[in-house]
Amino acid sequence: MSITIIKAGLFSTVQDTGRKGFQHLGINPNGAMDPLAMQIANLLIQNKADEAVIEFFYPAPVFRFNTAAFIALSGADFVATINDIPVPINHPIFVPENAVLSFTKKQSGHIGYLAIQGGLELNEWMNSYSTNTRAGAGGMEGRALQKDDELKLKASAIQKNSQSQLQVLPWMADTKGLYQTQSLRYLPGNEFSLLNTFSQQFMTNAQFTILADSDRMGYRLKGPALKCKKQIELISSGVTNGTIQLLPSGQCIVLLADHQTTGGYPRIGHIIQSDIPTLVQQSPGTIIRLIPVNMETAEKINNRQGQYLQQLKNACTLQLNAYHRH
Amino acid sequence: MKKTIAHIYALGDQAITIEWSSSISEEVNNQVMHSFHFFQIHPIEGVTDMIPAYSSLTLIYNPTIIRKQAMGGSPFEWLKKKLAALTAAPSINAKETEPIVVPVCYDTSLAPDLVEATQITGCSIEELIALHTSKIYKVYMLGFLPGFAYMASVHQQIQLPRKATPRKLVAAGSVGIAGEQTGIYPLEAPGGWQLIGQTPLKIFDITKEEPCLFKPGNWVKFEAITLEQFHQFNAA
Repeated sequence: MSITIIKAGLFSTVQDTGRKGFQHLGINPNGAMDPLAMQIANLLIQNKADEAVIEFFYPAPVFRFNTAAFIALSGADFVATINDIPVPINHPIFVPENAVLSFTKKQSGHIGYLAIQGGLELNEWMNSYSTNTRAGAGGMEGRALQKDDELKLKASAIQKNSQSQLQVLPWMADTKGLYQTQSLRYLPGNEFSLLNTFSQQFMTNAQFTILADSDRMGYRLKGPALKCKKQIELISSGVTNGTIQLLPSGQCIVLLADHQTTGGYPRIGHIIQSDIPTLVQQSPGTIIRLIPVNMETAEKINNRQGQYLQQLKNACTLQLNAYHRH
Repeated sequence: MKKTIAHIYALGDQAITIEWSSSISEEVNNQVMHSFHFFQIHPIEGVTDMIPAYSSLTLIYNPTIIRKQAMGGSPFEWLKKKLAALTAAPSINAKETEPIVVPVCYDTSLAPDLVEATQITGCSIEELIALHTSKIYKVYMLGFLPGFAYMASVHQQIQLPRKATPRKLVAAGSVGIAGEQTGIYPLEAPGGWQLIGQTPLKIFDITKEEPCLFKPGNWVKFEAITLEQFHQFNAA
């Protein structure tokens, strides 16, 4: 009742929706970079939306299922194969015992997710399975997955799904409309007004390139150097997922899952939470466009995304129940 | 205490910040701690995290849960109204508690910037130690690293600028000064504070149910120990 990591991949970690309630101690939330993909993968196989999953980049890990399992992949499409047979993302999949799941090329997106029905049998650290590599806690011993790691599956995972054949179920989660193809939207931040005229003007329709030294702490953006009207020393205060900080160099960084809890750089904007999945799925070198929106729009989009996940959950339940009755 | 009008602003679409002042003072921070403790005792359903800082308090929220309470209205506007009503209430002085005593070894072998600090300040090592251990510091906020407490204010005579080039690796337990702030590195990490000592205490310990030694609003006193005591502490 386990899976084994045959190949580690670039940076594969166990993540859930994040470690909540400890930011006042400087303990950052961690969690899936693309919480949407993580939840979709879970809902496809009737997991709780916040069940822990495996997050991975490309080169992706290779897994062996030591037991039959019911899984879903979402997020990036790294052209997965199970026993060398191609399988799609965003579909529920029955995996037979001893099957090997690997990935063949980086087709689209940047971060992939593997959810397994029932979830992983790990110890929680501070109410979460998310890996905090800095603290060395959470997930798999507080570190990225390594070759020969064996991840146990929760006992409940097994009984329902002992299929001896690989089978991709025909229904899928349609994620079009959840990810942006055009611009990413942001809310101007408290320090936006400190920017000089050029910088404010630029931010009305900004183009940036995602830099190679981007990681789970944040994506660094390359663009024209932005400046404030005058030099100003800010007192450290709270920052959050999606906060666009203006660094002294004039370049920006968007804070992501492993961000620090506080910061002292001007917060010129905040990517709306609904567009963070789109942002994190862009690889370094990609050009992105940012446009400002107001709170009303941001909240409307967020509400729509929440409704989509609810509908997806209901649809998956219906389909699976019908399938099991069949 | 004189009431400061708070500025409430959105920190994106899932966080809201109350800022009392744009300067650092104990009085302002008392207001931060008062509100922080108030919401710890009377949590708002849907608020998942709080980040108290020098002069502000940020609440992270789940908009779906807040929206229900707002009867389908804007989660941000609902929270903003609620916070404005609360922050208008008179604040009280934060309750002072017994300080946490932190043993620090100021031996130069554990304090790579101590000699430089004497040159910058003109104090002898003994004077510097006396001044650093003379005050009881307040934990104004935590941030940067898990369990990293920003404490203030150090005596004017021993305030030190950050290092021009941050160190790539600072040992866990290192005690540093940056401006009027003093702090302890809970983990091995890069850092730019001037290092004047080291504590044998574990500031952050993942094996404990409460992994962080310090909480926002705590009081801390440093106590000088010898190098021998430092090593004995670890052996014990």
